[in-house]
Amino acid sequence: MYKALRILAGLVILGVVCLLAFIFVPVQRTEPATELAADWTPAPGQGEYVMNAGDCVACHTAPDGETLAGGRAIESPMGTIWSTNITPDKENGIGDWSFADFRAAMIDGVTPNGTHLYPAMPYENYRLMKEEDLRALYDYLMADVKPVAVANKETSLSFPFNMRFGIRAWNWLALSHGPGFTPLEKTEAEDRGQYLVEGPGHCAACHSPRNTFMAQDGVTADNGSFLSGGVIGGWNAPSLRGEGSAPQQWSVEEMASYLATGRNAHSTANGEMGLVVEHSLQYLTDEDNIAIAAFLKGIDGEKVAVPSSFANAGPIVTPTAPADDAGKATAEMLTAAEPGLPEGARLYLDNCSACHFVTGKGAAGIFPELQGNHLVTGSEVGPLVSVILHGAEVMPTAKRPMHLVMQGYADRLSDDEVAELSTWLRQAWGNDAGAVSAADVAAQREAPTH
Amino acid sequence: MARQEKKKDVVIVGLGWTGSIAGIELAQEGLDIVALERGEDQSVVPTFKYPNQIDELKYGVRNTNFQHPSRQTVTVRRNEGENALPYRVLGSFLPGNGVGGAGTHWNGLNWRPQPVELQLRSHVRDHWGEQIIPDDMVLQDYPVTYDEMEPFFTRFEKVAGISGYAGNLKGEIREGGNPFEGWRSEDYPMPPMKTTYDASLFAEAAKKAGCHPFPAPAGIASQAYTNPYGMQMGPCNYCGFCERYGCYQYSKSMPQTATLDALKAYPNFSYRTGAEVLRVEMAEDGKTATGVTYFDHAAQEEVFQPADIVILSSYQLNNVHLMLLSGIGQPYNAVTGEGVTGKNYAYQMNGGITLFFKDKNFNPFVGHGANGQAIDDYSISQIDFGAEGFIGGAYWRAGTFNGQPIRSMPLPKGTPTWGAGWKEGIGEWYGHAMSIGSHGSHMSYKTNHLDLDPTYKDPHGRPLMRMTFNWNQNDLRMNQFQKRMMEPIAEMMGADSWQAGFKDVGAQYDVRPYQTTHNTGGHIMSDSPTTGAVNKFSQAWDKHNVFCMGAGNFVQNTQYNPTGMVGGLAYHTVHAIRTQYLSNPRPLV
Repeated sequence: MYKALRILAGLVILGVVCLLAFIFVPVQRTEPATELAADWTPAPGQGEYVMNAGDCVACHTAPDGETLAGGRAIESPMGTIWSTNITPDKENGIGDWSFADFRAAMIDGVTPNGTHLYPAMPYENYRLMKEEDLRALYDYLMADVKPVAVANKETSLSFPFNMRFGIRAWNWLALSHGPGFTPLEKTEAEDRGQYLVEGPGHCAACHSPRNTFMAQDGVTADNGSFLSGGVIGGWNAPSLRGEGSAPQQWSVEEMASYLATGRNAHSTANGEMGLVVEHSLQYLTDEDNIAIAAFLKGIDGEKVAVPSSFANAGPIVTPTAPADDAGKATAEMLTAAEPGLPEGARLYLDNCSACHFVTGKGAAGIFPELQGNHLVTGSEVGPLVSVILHGAEVMPTAKRPMHLVMQGYADRLSDDEVAELSTWLRQAWGNDAGAVSAADVAAQREAPTH
Repeated sequence: MARQEKKKDVVIVGLGWTGSIAGIELAQEGLDIVALERGEDQSVVPTFKYPNQIDELKYGVRNTNFQHPSRQTVTVRRNEGENALPYRVLGSFLPGNGVGGAGTHWNGLNWRPQPVELQLRSHVRDHWGEQIIPDDMVLQDYPVTYDEMEPFFTRFEKVAGISGYAGNLKGEIREGGNPFEGWRSEDYPMPPMKTTYDASLFAEAAKKAGCHPFPAPAGIASQAYTNPYGMQMGPCNYCGFCERYGCYQYSKSMPQTATLDALKAYPNFSYRTGAEVLRVEMAEDGKTATGVTYFDHAAQEEVFQPADIVILSSYQLNNVHLMLLSGIGQPYNAVTGEGVTGKNYAYQMNGGITLFFKDKNFNPFVGHGANGQAIDDYSISQIDFGAEGFIGGAYWRAGTFNGQPIRSMPLPKGTPTWGAGWKEGIGEWYGHAMSIGSHGSHMSYKTNHLDLDPTYKDPHGRPLMRMTFNWNQNDLRMNQFQKRMMEPIAEMMGADSWQAGFKDVGAQYDVRPYQTTHNTGGHIMSDSPTTGAVNKFSQAWDKHNVFCMGAGNFVQNTQYNPTGMVGGLAYHTVHAIRTQYLSNPRPLV
């Protein structure tokens, strides 16, 4: 009995010691993947390029705020996380950080004082970045970015998520990979694409599913779950692999166009992906966008022919596509336009068909396809309803400067009508997704998803 | 004391077709450019959004998309003896306003002139002798030839996104195209639009009569299109709301679909709206301009914008007005025939036949502004002027372009114009009428010109511009010729009834009914400073850093809608600025 109590007491003490150690013993920083030569310096422009590839601006810049000065709200299931100031301001930014401090934040998710970053910062992915790119990015942020004296907003999540030390345990689960990049050794372009996708591009942060612990299920390309689809901020981040996925249905050129210009022969980039195009992908070289597209094309093992260019200057004329077998019945029903049309179909004819056509095929580069469009058929109905109500836009890019705006129909269609129309769209041309309710529409009317 | 803005390399006055073309091409040279636009900013969404824009009463009848006469207008008289009165209600022509200008509300008919139209005096002299030129006609050759202009027409057609089928591809005449057009180095960028029923009926009849029908060239997208600037158009849905409206569907060639966003992407370009240019300011030596003074509508004050190059790219009437107010070119004097600015104002001479078929349904609400089949068999290059007794010609076109209920209700003569009888007529005939239009040339005359009005002033205290204009017997005879040629073809078509509407000899200009917004001339191009206001590069003869773009350059009006030539001349001008002027600013001729 006494012995048992002693053992118990011992265990309690051990537990307390472990807990205290867990909370207070500083995290061991991961060693760099590569040792750089002492005189190594980044190539001119490399750091800014890495910053663009990493899409730092999208999260670390508030709407109408100073570039990289933080203050953007990142909505998470645990509550709002505020992005921080990463300008070299000593008071509010990262001006006092050493490169080792910076690397630790990027690959271990730990700040110089040992605080754990919330994994809204995709250090799970940045952990795969090359040492050279981390150094180039650090040099750029410190030397070329204007310090901005904007104080950080404090993120205050509810219990237990406000106990940041808990992230330490989470990291044991989430950071089993890396550091550094391991190519699959396919073609040069695919390997480059793999690096951009896995590392700086942090595509898995949205496009991989999350496991029970909310860690990315599939961080590297050797994992079968990698990029097999996720949900972010009420948007479906569709699967980028497998039959029916965009990379398998589109050509490499079309995928590269989508990445670089936010538009291609099939679709447009909206919501979160629109931001990625606007702030990151449009600034990559053509070779890199082709590389990403090539890697995605070959993700399931297909051999990939790498094109040399995409989204070239016009004149480019693209005929509108006829209805395919899956869409034929719907196209015929809309063309006949009999008086007994279902309400959704009638609403489509009156409001949508001029651009998206009775075929649901739209027009290349300008009016997206609605047939098989994941935004139409996704598990998340918010984006579809929001686009119908409030419209959508594709921002100007260098190769396609047109600011493409779809108008909203909030002033023209009631909640019931939008629900009818959305439900119809989700089942037209062979689309096969569930109904949308007027309540879903009402929610979007009040608080749009984008 | 006017506010002064920071000096720019280039100031552009008016941000429509030619202003945006000048902007984008000169921005590529790295020049620091500002465009000043009198009206408001306009985008497809929200400005032209569906269904708000297709409101016939608001935009088609009350003309909300246009320059409002209370802000700016002209006075009009038919001859020197009349007292010119202000054009207070828009009727005969509809000047545009706002970003995109008249390029937003045109029909999309994009033509090139025939080669002989650019050398018309020589053509007449060589074939019939100069004695057939009426005394009061001021017939001149353009100082540019079709061959010189061809690459620039092609360039504009690619940028604007034109649908059509070439009839003369590098000299090879192609079946189904226009055999009488000037040669094209390339086919149209897009295939032609679909043909509506009325147009195919006309084409069939025209063919039987030995004519050569072809699809009218359209500034309307027949397919998805990306232009050389990466700008985009979506395929047209044939809704029929082109003329008087901005296109909500990204389908019509407009600066909004062809140039503006690409231009706005240049960091060295900026534009200000609500910036109404009042005059061009001149250097003390009188040989160059120093910039422009504009009225800033937001700040309610005058602003001086200094610049090294001034590009006048506002509507033709406004360009001429600014030149008269600023002393660019000597004002034209109709009595002595001396002077150049305001000279050779010209217009368009149109007519047509409407046919009624009880048993045919034309679905007139399906169409677009440039819809239809056209023929050029009675065009300038095909007519024996000596035998016919006039100089000029026309193209014809049939094709529904809208079924809008307020303005598009053609009824057979004799139908009551109001009340129950009118309603009955509408019920009987709506959708059963089609028309064939003749769109004819208009020559320039000593008597038709523009100058400053001695009486009326605008809100800024500037004299209004005065238009002295009347129809001339030469063009009316041309119109009657077209009527005589068209009537047998209309008769062949087997309508239940048809009626012709062609102005006859003796007709007087009536400023009330809509005719066309093809106001041309006033700052015509010429090969000598005594015969025109600008040289072949649209450069003011007497102020070498002022370039005047647009239909004001037209020596006499062609038989076609002017946009294709306006666009071609704009590219011709900016090419000269880029390759000849910037390195050594000077008179280029």
